[in-house]
Order: sequence, then C-alpha cells, then structure tokens
Amino acid sequence: MARRSWILWAMAALGYAFLYVPLIIVIVYSFNDSRLNAEWVGFTWHWYEVLLKDEQMLTAAWNSLIIGVSASAVATVLGTMAGYAMYRFKLRLLPVLVLMPIAIPEILMGVSLLIFFVMLNVTLGMLSITLAHIAFCIGFVAIVVRSRLTGMDESLTEAARDLGATHWQAFRLITLPLIMPGIIAGALMAFTLSIDDFVITFFTAGVDATTLPLQIYSMIKIAVTPEVNAVSTLLMLVTLILIVIASRLSPGALRGE
Amino acid sequence: MALLEIRNVTRRFGDFVAVDGVSLSIGAGEFFTLLGPSGCGKTTLLRMIAGFDAPDGGAILLDGQDMTGVPPEARDIHTVFQSYALFPHMTVADNIAFPLRMAKCPPGEIPARVEEALDDVSLPGMGKRFPNELSGGQRQRVAVARALINRPKLLLLDEPLAALDAKLRERMQLELITLQKEIGITFVYVTHDQEEALALSHRIAVMNKGKVEQLDEPAKIYGFPKNRFVADFIGECNLFDCTVAAHDAGGLDLAIEGLGKVRSAGAENVVQGAKGTLALRPEKVAIGRELNAADCVNRFHGKVFDYLYTGDVTLYIVEVEGGQRVEVMLPNNAVGRSSKFFEPGDAVQIGWRDDAGHYLHD
Amino acid sequence: MNARAQKWLVSGPPLVYLLFFFAIPTLIMVVASFRFPGDYDPLAPIFGTGNPDEVAGLTLESYQRFFADPIYLELFLKSFLYATATTLLCLLLAYPLALMIARSPKRYRDILVLLVILPFWSNFLIRVYAWMIILGEQSVFAKGFNGFLGLFGLDPMPLLFTPLAVLIGLVYVHLPFMVLPLYANLEKHDPALLDAAQDLGAPAWQRFWRITFPLSLPGVYAGAALVFIPALGIFAIPDLLGGTDGILIGNLIKQQFLEARDWPFGGVLSMVLTAAAIGFAGIAAWFARRQRV
Repeated sequence: MARRSWILWAMAALGYAFLYVPLIIVIVYSFNDSRLNAEWVGFTWHWYEVLLKDEQMLTAAWNSLIIGVSASAVATVLGTMAGYAMYRFKLRLLPVLVLMPIAIPEILMGVSLLIFFVMLNVTLGMLSITLAHIAFCIGFVAIVVRSRLTGMDESLTEAARDLGATHWQAFRLITLPLIMPGIIAGALMAFTLSIDDFVITFFTAGVDATTLPLQIYSMIKIAVTPEVNAVSTLLMLVTLILIVIASRLSPGALRGE
Repeated sequence: MALLEIRNVTRRFGDFVAVDGVSLSIGAGEFFTLLGPSGCGKTTLLRMIAGFDAPDGGAILLDGQDMTGVPPEARDIHTVFQSYALFPHMTVADNIAFPLRMAKCPPGEIPARVEEALDDVSLPGMGKRFPNELSGGQRQRVAVARALINRPKLLLLDEPLAALDAKLRERMQLELITLQKEIGITFVYVTHDQEEALALSHRIAVMNKGKVEQLDEPAKIYGFPKNRFVADFIGECNLFDCTVAAHDAGGLDLAIEGLGKVRSAGAENVVQGAKGTLALRPEKVAIGRELNAADCVNRFHGKVFDYLYTGDVTLYIVEVEGGQRVEVMLPNNAVGRSSKFFEPGDAVQIGWRDDAGHYLHD
Repeated sequence: MNARAQKWLVSGPPLVYLLFFFAIPTLIMVVASFRFPGDYDPLAPIFGTGNPDEVAGLTLESYQRFFADPIYLELFLKSFLYATATTLLCLLLAYPLALMIARSPKRYRDILVLLVILPFWSNFLIRVYAWMIILGEQSVFAKGFNGFLGLFGLDPMPLLFTPLAVLIGLVYVHLPFMVLPLYANLEKHDPALLDAAQDLGAPAWQRFWRITFPLSLPGVYAGAALVFIPALGIFAIPDLLGGTDGILIGNLIKQQFLEARDWPFGGVLSMVLTAAAIGFAGIAAWFARRQRV
C-alpha cells in the first residue's frame, strides 16, 4: 500500500510539474537580460521598462480594463438574476441559453457574433467586444450564484417569512447577504474571463480595437520576444490575485460545482 | 372556541394524497402533537398551518378567521424548523430580534426584550455569538426563543429534537413542557417519535396515509388504541387475529388460532362471529413457572422461544402449546436476582387478566 | 406580486440578453450556411436578393461544396483524431493527479485543486506561448533533446511547428478540464468500498480496476466531453505551434470568415462542427446516464 501510494504521488508530482514548469519558464525569462529566450544571461528589469514605454501595449491594456470592468459589471447583474431564476423556478429555456455558450467551442460563438454584428451594422470595436463578453460571462456568474444558493438551507428564507418578513425582505435580509460572496466571486471570474478572452474577441474586435490578448497574439505570431514574457508575467499576477480572492469568497465556485 | 380549526383539509401532490380530509380543533394553551410515520402527511399539514403550502380543499381558521390566502408573514403563527434555520450571518441577538424588527418594534425596546428572551431559554449573555458557535441544544433554544419573542398565538414545532442525542433530547423535552406551561402559548408539535409524543402532549393525533387514525390523550392512545395501526405504531403490542365466539355483559370470548379461547373485556357493537384483532401489551402479560390462578383469567402453558434483554426490562417470546407466539415483558427489578429469569426452552406459564387485552374491530 | 410576474422579472433580462446575443446570432449562422456569398460582401444581403430564380434565397451550394471535396472531410477527420488523442492523453495524465488529490487528507484537498485550476486561469495565449519558448530551436530544452538524439547518432529534429507541438499544446491547455470532473467524482467514493474489497481479498491493482475505475466512469465521460469539444474547434494552437500543414478545422473556419470572406461556407463548417460537438456531448451524456451510480 505504501509503495503504491508513493508511485501515485510521484505521478501526481509530475502532473503538477507539467502544469507549472512552462509558466515558471515564462516568468523567469521575463527577467533575463537577453533578446532570446535561451540561455540565462543575467537579471534585468529591462523588458518591463520596454513594456511601460510600448504605447500600443498600454492602449491594449487600457482597452482590456475598460471592457473587463463594464462586461463583468453587466454580466454580474444578469448572471445573478439568471442564477437565482434557475434556482428558484422551473425553467426550460434559460438554463440551456446560460450553459450553451460555455459548452460549445468558443469559435462558434465568435463567428456567429461576427455575422450578427456586421448584419446589424454595429461597428466592430469596443462595444461589440463588450457585448460579446457579457454573453459568455453570464453563464459563469449564474453557475457560481446558483451553486451558492443550492448550498443554502431553504428553510432560512421560510423562517424569515414565518417570522414576519415579506418576500422582498426575506431576499434582501437573508438570501442576498448569504449569496454575496458567490456574487463577488462570480464578478471576479467574469472580469478575469473577459481580460483573458482571445477567441471571441478575435472575431468581434474589428480592426480598430485591440485588447491585451490580441496584442500578445500579434506579437508572438511574428516573433518570440521577452517583452511578451513581461506582460504575461504581469497578467498572470493580476489573474492570480483575483482568483485567489474569488476562491476564498466562494470555495468550490471555480470548480463549477 | 377553538384557537385553531382545521376543517376537512386536503392536499394532493399529483396522484398522491398527502393530507386527506383532516379535521382538527385545537384549543388555546394546548400542547398538541401530530404523530405518525414519515410520509403520513403531518409535515404537509404543519406547512399548511404555517402558510407555506395551501390546501386543495377545506379551510384553516385561526381564532375564527379564515387563513386562506394569508401569507406566512401575516399569520400570527411562528415555526421552529427541524434544521432550526438560524440565520448564519446574524448573531444570536439579531436572530432573536428579527421578528421584532419585522413587526416594526421600536428599536429602543429590542435589546431588553432580546436579553429577556435569552434568559427565558437559559442562554443569558449569549447574544453576541454566531449560530455556528453554539451546540445543538443551544441552537434549539435560540430557535425557540426567536419563534416566541413576539408571542405568537400558535407555535409550530417540526421535529425540533430530532437532531439531538438521546440524553439531551430528554432534557429538552422537560424544558419544552415547562416553557409551554409558563408562557401558555399553544404548541402544535410534529414528530414520528411515539415516546416523545406520549411524554409531551396534552392530546395526540395519530396520522397515517394523510388521515387521522385516532385523536386522544396520551394514556388513551396507548391504553385503548382504536385500530391495528395505532396499536402497532405506539409501543410494543401483540396483535392476534380473532373471532368473537360469544359475548355477554361481562365481556367477550374470543377464539384465537394457535392460542385457544381468550376472555376479554367487552367492546361496543360486537356481534357473534365478528372478526377482529386482540391487542395485548407485553407488559400486561405475566410470566412464571406456575401462575396464581386468581390473578389471570387467561393462562397458557408454553416454553421460552427467545428473549431480548434491554437493561430495564427483558422481552420474552413465549411459544404456547397451540403454537402461537406471545411477547411478554418482564421488568428486571427483582433484588438480588441475576438479570434474566428464563432461558430458551424453559417451560413457563403466561397469563393475563380479562381487561388486559383490548378488542379491535376490523 | 405573484409568482409568475416574479419569475419573468428575474429571468427575463438575462433571457432576453442571451436570446439576442447568443440564440439569434446562432440562428443567423444557420441561415447563412444556406445562403450565397455576395459579390462584394462576404454574405449576400438576406432580404431582397433581387434574384427571382432563387427559392427564398436559400441554397445547398455550400453544403455540396463541403461534401464534394474530400479535403474538407479529411480535415475534419484530422481534427477528430487530434481531439481524440488529446482526450486520451489528458485522461492518462489527469487520473493519477485527481486520484492523488481525492486520497490526500481533507485539509489539503482544496489547495491541491486550486493548484490545478490556477494555470487554467492564466491567459490561454500565455500557456501556448510558454511552449513556443520550450520547444523553440534555441531553447535549452530543445538543444538538450537534440543532443540526446545525437548520442544515438540520430539527426536533430525540430520540435516547434510540428504535429507533436500541437498535441502538447492541446493537452496542456485542456488538462484541468479533465482533472476537475474526475476529482469531483473520485472524492465522493466511499473509502469503505476499497477496505471491503481488500478485506475480501482484492490486491491493489484489482481494487483499482474493479472498484475505483468503474465507479469513476461518469467523471471520465464528463471530462472527455469537456476536453474533446473545445479541442475540436481550436485554431490558435495550430496557428502558433503547428507547421504550415498543421491546420485544423478551426483554422479553416477562421480563414473563411476573416480571409476568404466566404461566410456561407464558413457557416457550413461551423454547422458541421456544432453537430459534431453536440453529437459528442450527447454520446458522453448517454454513457454517463447508463451508468447507474
């Protein structure tokens, strides 16, 4: 038994190494004083300095931030409503519409939104990206909120009603405070998803608007440069912080339970 | 006039009839229990009284007022939930103050009333704690305090002791009886535990398959069950199929297969040849090597088939000469004796008085 | 406020949004796949085509084109093979990981799961880019690997821009999708089952093969669906890690929409991809439902 669990641990350790080593390499090379991601030459902040002077990159980051904030704000409201509705009522259409965008290959949503926006004469840009991001973030927020609600003892709201609270009071005083961590976790997830999205953004961005992932894509398509390592490292740091906060607030939420 | 009047209430879930034409009338100050196995409709009935569910037919009246269409928050009825349903994000004090705040009680009065309520359930100074910092018994007390703070006309309790261990359950039973006596509020208590029901209640409604099988005081329910179901559900009971062989002013002669002729106290409306059931509590049957004839009209020889030692009593299963098996309960109270008297295979005599058994119509 | 009004008030806004920005665009794509490409636009205008010969402006032309040239079906088959290989490799890597997490002490489980999820939350492109560094010609790893080949007198071989690189990228990106459902399933197993099996004489391997694995099948099916479906439609990984002939169906779809600007044909490809994805999800769900655990 002991020997077997040792093998299991070794295999699992390899699994973790497989997950982490590539990312660590990206981070390490962002401090390497060399144009090439090859031999270690020496420590430098140079690539971060380059990054901060890169106008295009800064614009892209700014765009990502604006889209991320507005998309996650709207998606949190709509997703919370969807999650509550799915928990509270027997619905047929809404759960399908909420889960489908998560379940199908992203490219399908990207191309169908492209056709849709062009047909409606919506100029592809910040607005179309934001609208698309809201559509796929709703589902994630809804799932987190619903899982939080399912974990809640149903007799709590009944007890509130029983003790004299109206429907609305029971929701405001009992349900809402109890699911708030789930809502915040959902909002952080939505923001992260929006900041990170590449595929759907790729199709709905048009020529003018560039987000951080699009900028990274166009750079690595041409050549590997340590500036990308630097921006990747910063992006990972931001994501890490947000996700750790989110998972603290709603354990299990990120597993899609 | 009754405080709570339940008139012919029916509730269906699809094809399943959860509550089937139940009528009850519960008086002010009463400790009333709905007792029955799970799925008998007692919880559905409770939820309809509280207002979480509405009857498909019939009416529920509180103080003479029809409650149809009145939402839970507008009924002067509070519930102690099985899970207690204490709000986990509020302190004990905020939990208890919740009904006062909902009823727009002046904020200045609240702290004093909460403290008083905590004293009533012997949890003084616990107001600042959160529910997850309390033991099971403490949570139960907070739930009761919260439900009672603005003195509803009626308190509903849905198996409130089910989550507690046996020792604590007994203590909480005593506390509930005392509390109910002190404040004089009507309790409607739901449980599947017959001992709890017998111990707590003024009156018990035994429910089965959505109907009330018997409504009586605890002693009547136990001593004079109305039918087979009640006899079987409440306590241990021998149930013998029997035929009425003869009846006179003094009682009945019953013919029981595998046992023979049994003399039993009379019942109303008995005709010769009628089929029925003899219900006989094991503790009313005497057992010995040889019994004194004066005590027992009904005596049978047999041998011990098996026994179950449970500490305070021993339950013997005696196979009489005719082949029928009879359960006999014997208290283990003889001083200086070993804990059991008879071994399997021992020849014994059992017997009971003519008024020990209870004839039930089919 | 009655329950009906409440229901619509709460579910209405998200429903309308998703109908407008998900359901309708999807339906338009379905219609588009039966249309002609325009002379100047990627899609002929849907209303008032001006051509009386066309029946309501619909045509099967693009579908015929798809089935006429085997190159498209072959590309689908190739994508299918890549997705299948990705799924199997993910299963192989994920199983020990999920099992180890499920069997570790309760207080460590959440953090171990979080450690699996974290890389997944880092940007998708960064994760692909990491492999561009590792497999790149100048990388320490590639040099070491080719040096190793050299020891056996073998010619150095390129790693980046090969099918192998694409496969590694696919596995790397999708691995967490396999670990999570597997873990969620394995965690629920009653440890007493394994004790019982051991007590009844089953050695370790038999305990795994006859108890743990069959019970974990619903997790396996869920993980397979979560890996296979996105892997089928991916275009960025072949784009960045694959060679010139390394394209998959996702790349062709992207090309039709953004470069060739033939939307009806792109729509056809998307329809076939959707059908394949839904078909696979259906099969996985059917298998999972047949499992009575």
